[in-house]
Amino acid sequence: MSGATLERGLNAFREQMNAPIASFFSSCVNCGMCAEACLFYTETEDPKYTPINKLEPFRRVWEQEYTLWGKLKSMIGLTEPVTDELLAEWEELIYDGCTLCGRCSMVCPVGNDISYMIRRAREGFVAAGYAPEGIKGASRRAVTIGSPMGVKLPALQAQIKHVEADTGLTIPIDVEGADYMALLSSMEIMNFPEYLEALGRIFKQAGVSWTISSEAFEATNSGIQIGSSDIARVLVSRVVSAAEKLKVKYVISPECGHAYTAIRWEGPNLIGRPYDFKVVHILELLDELRASGRIKTEGTEEDRLTFHDPCQIVRKGGVLEQPRNLLEMVTSDYVDMTDHREMNWCCGGGGGVSANERAEELRIKVFKRKKSQLDELNVDTLVTACANCRLIIEEGLEEYRMEMPVVGLTEVIAEHLVEDKE
Amino acid sequence: MTTPTDFLLWVRGPGFDIALVVFILGVIIRLLEVLVLGRKHDYSEPRGGELGPGLKTVVTRTLPETGSFKRAPFTVIGGYIWHIGFFISLFLFVPHIELINATLGLSWPGIASNLVDAVAAVTIVTLIAMLFSRLTHPVKRYLSGPEDYLTWLVTFLPMLTGYLAYHRMIDPYPLVLGLHILSVEVLMIVFPFTKLMHAFTFFIARWYNGAMSGRRGVQS
Amino acid sequence: MADHMKRFRQTLGESLRERGVSRRGFLKYCTATASMMALPPTMVPAVAAALEKAKRPSVIWLSFQECTGCTESITRSHSPSLENLIFDHISLDYHHTLQVASGDAAEAAREAAMHENEGKYLVVVDGSIPLGNPGFSTIAGISNLQMMEETVAGAAAVIAVGSCAAFGGLPQANPNPTGAASVSDIVHDKPVVNVSGCPPIPTVITGVLAHFLTFGSLPELDALGRPMVFYGQSIHDRCYRRPFYDKGLFAETFDDEGARKGWCLYRLGCKGPMAYNACATTKWNQGVSWPVESGHGCLGCSEPDFWDAGGFYNALSIPDSDIIRNAGIVTAAGVALGAAAGALNRSTRAKAAAKHETVTIDDLDRKS
Repeated sequence: MSGATLERGLNAFREQMNAPIASFFSSCVNCGMCAEACLFYTETEDPKYTPINKLEPFRRVWEQEYTLWGKLKSMIGLTEPVTDELLAEWEELIYDGCTLCGRCSMVCPVGNDISYMIRRAREGFVAAGYAPEGIKGASRRAVTIGSPMGVKLPALQAQIKHVEADTGLTIPIDVEGADYMALLSSMEIMNFPEYLEALGRIFKQAGVSWTISSEAFEATNSGIQIGSSDIARVLVSRVVSAAEKLKVKYVISPECGHAYTAIRWEGPNLIGRPYDFKVVHILELLDELRASGRIKTEGTEEDRLTFHDPCQIVRKGGVLEQPRNLLEMVTSDYVDMTDHREMNWCCGGGGGVSANERAEELRIKVFKRKKSQLDELNVDTLVTACANCRLIIEEGLEEYRMEMPVVGLTEVIAEHLVEDKE
Repeated sequence: MTTPTDFLLWVRGPGFDIALVVFILGVIIRLLEVLVLGRKHDYSEPRGGELGPGLKTVVTRTLPETGSFKRAPFTVIGGYIWHIGFFISLFLFVPHIELINATLGLSWPGIASNLVDAVAAVTIVTLIAMLFSRLTHPVKRYLSGPEDYLTWLVTFLPMLTGYLAYHRMIDPYPLVLGLHILSVEVLMIVFPFTKLMHAFTFFIARWYNGAMSGRRGVQS
Repeated sequence: MADHMKRFRQTLGESLRERGVSRRGFLKYCTATASMMALPPTMVPAVAAALEKAKRPSVIWLSFQECTGCTESITRSHSPSLENLIFDHISLDYHHTLQVASGDAAEAAREAAMHENEGKYLVVVDGSIPLGNPGFSTIAGISNLQMMEETVAGAAAVIAVGSCAAFGGLPQANPNPTGAASVSDIVHDKPVVNVSGCPPIPTVITGVLAHFLTFGSLPELDALGRPMVFYGQSIHDRCYRRPFYDKGLFAETFDDEGARKGWCLYRLGCKGPMAYNACATTKWNQGVSWPVESGHGCLGCSEPDFWDAGGFYNALSIPDSDIIRNAGIVTAAGVALGAAAGALNRSTRAKAAAKHETVTIDDLDRKS
């Protein structure tokens, strides 16, 4: 009989322990600086959202089972065990109150990578059955239907038909031997089909040989968000086998933050081997095409623009220069937010928070951080490169009654693309 | 132990030996407990190196990130003052250098004792202020448990007894000197079992942080 | 005996004049005494008036387990000094090293002085008192303990001269074979002044006596029963070599460049920081020099247990065990234990990995 138990959770915590985490827990002096880097604390001023505090159950397992002193303390009853009650209480902190944005990891004076620990601590929470219903549902849909939002192939095919009808382009499906296999996020399919159109136009102009797989077009990975490597592995494997079946050289991660983390950084470790192909983020590819002169743009945006750096792509993904190189091509009045690039503030919806309906009120509250960043700049348009950020920001702006279009960077490039007349 | 001199002889004899054994054993065990765990091989294709960015983070994390510094200036500045003051008192006070020279054979120039005295006074006041902050700042108060206050105390006592010994505020001198050495021994004994270990493990933590980020092409 | 009785009835002023000391010389002495006792100059006339009228008190000097160094210190001065004079002008009625009489006659003198000056005489003790066996040290067949208890019973106060009498000194050093005790270990019902030092500075002994003569009381004492005026500051704080210490300039050996330049002797084991005495200001042999000035570190001889405070050539705060060797052994043990602890951690993790049950979407809810 299957099901989550406390013991499975504790076992998962034990499995996750490694030298980095042990060094992080050993080093924390409770200085509280991580709180100042976390929008969940700065916007609520509730100390329970201090990043390191979110790890208390995991810390206890480390102390009690991975330190001699902790083992002695446990023997004489000086430590408190990890219980169902503790996990139940902390579930809200580790899922609703953390977007895995990794900003705290950038400020910790002793160098603790707190978001790395939270990602791993979630393994224990899932195994013990303490994950939010919303993310559980998304995971079930991802595994059974193929997409957390329940988008099936016919839906994609319908969108492709629309795009093809509108533009006269052909969107290649299941082309074996293509150089690039593009992935899409459900949000891009359902909410922002502009992305697909932009891809088609840019790749056609640049002469990129590409395809979409009908078997694995979904880039998002709920397993990463819920924090289960087992589920994440199932989802990543689909992409890997599709890419290897089509014998592509590259897989393109779309404008979606955690999808990039999943396929680029976690994927090979989930399947336990390097890929036969390389993974590039769409912005990396576009910047390459720009640098090699394969795409050119004309004109610039007249609006005053800023760029929201998606945490997983920039701070935790290393795609730092590319978005700014691309923006430089197409903007004339560009400004950066006070904290930008690897110190940007999260939109508040990453790390599975956007799939967690229960967290909505909190998410709207912490969006004030992004709002005040935008208020400072007096910009007309916000550009980003993550469909999830885009959706969360649109919702936030609406909630706070701010009128500001939010667009994807790929589309902005496509709008200014110099296309050869046929 | 009947006289202050007996007490002094005990703390600098058997007492120090005990403290040294606990300290060295404890620290090495704690470090190996961490390091031997290792980490899994990373199969993802690296964008950058690990060693260089790791070492860079070891150094650069010494400086605060601007935004969080502005939000918690007291924690940052207070932290700097007392850590630097503590190290000046520990490593630049002539008798301490003499102690290190006599025991380990290492020596370096000290600074004037009255300057160390002033630094020690500032450090003591700062430590008291830091305790006050821990008791009143919502985040620090929320996070703090007995261990946080214990580590504060065992850090504070050597500073305090050192100051009292220097100014001969407790008679007779062997008693206050003995108390000072004893307080250091307490610090050494408590050290490996508490978060005082950060003084060693922060190198490891910063390196891993910098290395894992560096691998992804980001300098953390 | 008649001369002795006459001198006993004389005041100090009369006695000094009889010895040919001028008024000017007397006042000079009073000024020196006042300054030594840290009294303001305005007190000099009062000191003079008090000393002028002071009756010479009877002093009984008891020598127990000692080396006679303290007596040497007081008596071996090269020219008559005011200290000698004042010492002349107490009535030293018993001192078995100095007196001519011996045996029963000497003891009779002691008993006579005690009887005649009941409640007013001073007892000076040098040497420690053996409690282990009364036979360890006797005088005229009387054990030290018995003699002291007897003599102290009618005394006004006791002055323990030298570190043996004050703190037990050398006889009490480990393993203390005679069970040596200090005066204050035994005497609890009389005022005891400790004039420690091995030996103490003569001026300090006479200064305490002068204070008693002047004010009829004992001076202010520190926590160890020593007069604050002489023992209030450490050698280190008053040492003329202190600036070198503050600059970190040390002699490494007794004949190196630093030693020749007069640098600090801390590394050579100087106990100046823990020693409280007046050597650095009063100096020895009529102000000629003192140990540190002659190039040797202070032994801290005025402090309790100075014999047992580690080697004279080891700095006080420095542990005497072989730190590098010990640290080496402990490090090796630590590496072994740490590796074992690390291996244990790895096995904890390996066991957890072996127990891992794959999480599927059917496992997301808790087993009910």
